[in-house]
Amino acid sequence: MFAFTIRRLIQMVVVLWAVSVIVFLMMTFTGDPVFMVVPIDATQGEIDQARRILGLDRPMIVQYGIFLSGLLQGDFGLSYVFRQPAFDLILERLPATMEMVVVAMVIATVLAIPLGVYAGANPGKPLSRLIMSGSLLGVSLPGFWVGMMLIWVLAVEFRIFPSSGRGDIGTVLGVETSLATASGWHHIILPAFTLSVGTLAILLRMTRAGMMEVTRQDYMKFARAKGVSRRGVLYGHGLRNALIPVVTIFGLQLGDLIAFATITETIFAWPGMGKLLIDSIYRADRPVIVVYLMLVALIFVVINFMIDVLYTFIDPRITVK
Amino acid sequence: MMTRILATQIAFNWRRNLSAISGTVILLACLFMVAVGPSLVAQNPYDVMQLNLLDSYLPPVWLEGGNPNYLLGTDGQGRDVLAAVIYGTRISALIGLSATLLSCVIGTFLGLMAGYFGGWIDALIMRVADIQLSFPSMLIALFLMSAFGTGIDKILISLTAVGWVVYARTVRGSTLGERQREYVQAARVAGLRDAAIIWRHILPNVMTPLIVVATVQVGTFILIEASLSFLGVGVPVTQPSLGLLIKNGFDVLFSGLWWTSLFPGLMIMAMVFGINLLGDFLRDELNPRLK
Amino acid sequence: MTTEMQPLLRVRELRTWFHTFSGIVKAVNGVSFDLAAGEVMGLVGESGGGKSVVGYSLLGLIDPPGKIESGSILFDGEELANAPERRLREIRGREIAMIFQDPMTSLNPVHTVGRQMDEMLRLHTELDKKARRQRCVEMLESVGIARAEERLESYPHQFSGGMRQRVVIAIALLAKPRLIIADEPTTALDVTIQAQILRLMRREIRQQGASLILVTHDLAVVAEMVDKITVLYCGRVVETGPVRQVLEAPAHPYTRGLIDSIPDPAHRLPRLRQIPGTVPDIRALPKGCAFRARCSGAAAICSEVEPSLVARAEGQSAACHFPLVSGETA
Repeated sequence: MFAFTIRRLIQMVVVLWAVSVIVFLMMTFTGDPVFMVVPIDATQGEIDQARRILGLDRPMIVQYGIFLSGLLQGDFGLSYVFRQPAFDLILERLPATMEMVVVAMVIATVLAIPLGVYAGANPGKPLSRLIMSGSLLGVSLPGFWVGMMLIWVLAVEFRIFPSSGRGDIGTVLGVETSLATASGWHHIILPAFTLSVGTLAILLRMTRAGMMEVTRQDYMKFARAKGVSRRGVLYGHGLRNALIPVVTIFGLQLGDLIAFATITETIFAWPGMGKLLIDSIYRADRPVIVVYLMLVALIFVVINFMIDVLYTFIDPRITVK
Repeated sequence: MMTRILATQIAFNWRRNLSAISGTVILLACLFMVAVGPSLVAQNPYDVMQLNLLDSYLPPVWLEGGNPNYLLGTDGQGRDVLAAVIYGTRISALIGLSATLLSCVIGTFLGLMAGYFGGWIDALIMRVADIQLSFPSMLIALFLMSAFGTGIDKILISLTAVGWVVYARTVRGSTLGERQREYVQAARVAGLRDAAIIWRHILPNVMTPLIVVATVQVGTFILIEASLSFLGVGVPVTQPSLGLLIKNGFDVLFSGLWWTSLFPGLMIMAMVFGINLLGDFLRDELNPRLK
Repeated sequence: MTTEMQPLLRVRELRTWFHTFSGIVKAVNGVSFDLAAGEVMGLVGESGGGKSVVGYSLLGLIDPPGKIESGSILFDGEELANAPERRLREIRGREIAMIFQDPMTSLNPVHTVGRQMDEMLRLHTELDKKARRQRCVEMLESVGIARAEERLESYPHQFSGGMRQRVVIAIALLAKPRLIIADEPTTALDVTIQAQILRLMRREIRQQGASLILVTHDLAVVAEMVDKITVLYCGRVVETGPVRQVLEAPAHPYTRGLIDSIPDPAHRLPRLRQIPGTVPDIRALPKGCAFRARCSGAAAICSEVEPSLVARAEGQSAACHFPLVSGETA
């Protein structure tokens, strides 16, 4: 376990380093950031001076060195727009995004697993067919459009839910979150549900496929021969085996949720880091984009690591080496 | 021979599979719309001369104030929503298909290289693929588009950049298997050039699993492109795809003008749903283990 | 069977059919037999002959499209055919336990052996946690697993095939069932450990005074293990009787054929005799005797009238128009 952790840590560092190189190259070769800081009517002299101040006149490798050492110290520079440390800007908005992602993941999981188990254990039944068609529709829907239609019906026409923004913030166990207040929940339901649709459909389909595979196994019949109830066989013996393939994509889905949160946040004017990213892309606010990418990359490698560990708990046949 | 038998078998099963038939019908309808649609609508929505600002924000024809010239209503510039959807579908479908084709060609090539030659080529390609796979396609595409700026060509590059991986991995796997087969060994002993072996012997045998991947990918790409365009980093405003139409509709949704965003969304849904229905069917047919 | 003692299990005219798209598969089509308490019966036939389905039917484990169409399964006087699921659940494991063919797949890979054993006791006994654990340890020890206490925490993949089958047997015996159905319990195992496992099974089952139905295609196994034998062909009983009697003087040509195809290390036949032909399509059985196409003694009547089970000698009966006399070669 110790050796495994060390090896994975090294892997994670390598991946993050590779991401830093790619991000740096993309940023360097696409457009000249100097024009983001100088006034439109700047003279050539002013531009050259800005270039020097930003270190853009140095060799590439030196620029990358400066970039990397900045990253390592958590210094990503000032946002061109807000004139504040870009890192702080993103960090401020991280809780709002995570809140929505977590709620979306919970909605998706809580709905997907029972529905998937049912459809997998009762193939051919009308309800199973309905569930499967629904899930196929779920993966075919543009998520942002679902969100808009929900806004139109539930916020504009019927005014049941607010169409935008995050609710009041409360404190639970020392964490500031809108999930601590009723208004927070009122605000989060629509965006979180919108975000969850695709993941819900995919998890459902994976659970169902896993369940179908599992119901054929002898140990299911052996469990029934022991006198276990049908329900007990499905959930007690089948589900955990069926979930093994689901866990694999769970991490990737969590990543997808973070990625698609950018759109959901834009639609629902949710003050998270996804919306900040999109705004920063419009304004070519590079430091913020860089922080976002590096932070998200870090989150992903951590999630992947956790999934690998989780794997060993759910499937005893897999041992970490 | 095998391919013919397989094709016959699929055709036979297709006729008894409701979702396969509905998928095909939906896609044929989309194809029809894309092919002859433009000649059926009076307006070219991108010819500013044909737009009439007085006709802006007309509701669909079945609502009060609807105009029979504009079946699905108009947007803020007096543009016929139906016409815009038809033209937009063209762009969306074109992007989805071309990006899939590009990904398939490039991914297959890299997969063949990795699987056939092994060594550092393999290690390099697969490392990159691994790293890429741990990040969501959407995010990578978003990042690339934010660096490139809008444009159909740039979308194609971005989508291909995220799409090649799945082909490369699949093809690499089957190539590794094929390479061990006697006929490939025999061809090598006979002194056939690597390129000839790959082209004539390996490629035909690794293509089948790609059909399913490619089918589903067209749908995924249409969705990603729509998302990017919705965010304003996809197609340019002069060539609005369905996603951009929805974005334009979003700005007026709060005034209750729902038709400018509802119909393009329905169109995306229909198209991708049709693709996925067909993809599901093909997956079952071409991968009997999962039956 | 005489009337003085009620058998533990009395199966009469059992029919279990599968309604598939390509027709009705009459996997079990009118099977009858009795089994006394403590008796061991071999249920023999080629694969596809419906042996396993009989076992599943007894436990009510027939899933759609299969169904027990008719017939009666009296277990200790209680009707099990189409009994309510709630009642069957109490019986499964507690009264009738089953041992499956492949030990590699019949244990749940994600649960410890201890948990899978404990489950049986939790379902069917009132024992507290400690007592259950004690019983599991004893049971594992008695099936010959060393360091039983520790092994309870192991997962199935940490056992070899033979060891896993010992665990499966231990689980089956835990709740002290009165009847055990073993479906080809050694087929999937290494030849070298087959005999070991069979001996172990017999010893343990005898010790508990339980009855055993041994489902197998292997007459060699049967000869050593069982008291009586029932031969199935195409879902019907073709011969039944005490094991010595049937093996020494089979009355049905099919039984004769099965015996002849046992490889006999003592006599070293130059070539194994095989029953000619294959099992016919069970969805469309022709009129008359199902075996006639493969039978050298078939006559006109065989394709007209289906023979019924007729008593031959002491406890032995066969379903054949021209039963073999004193075991002559078919």
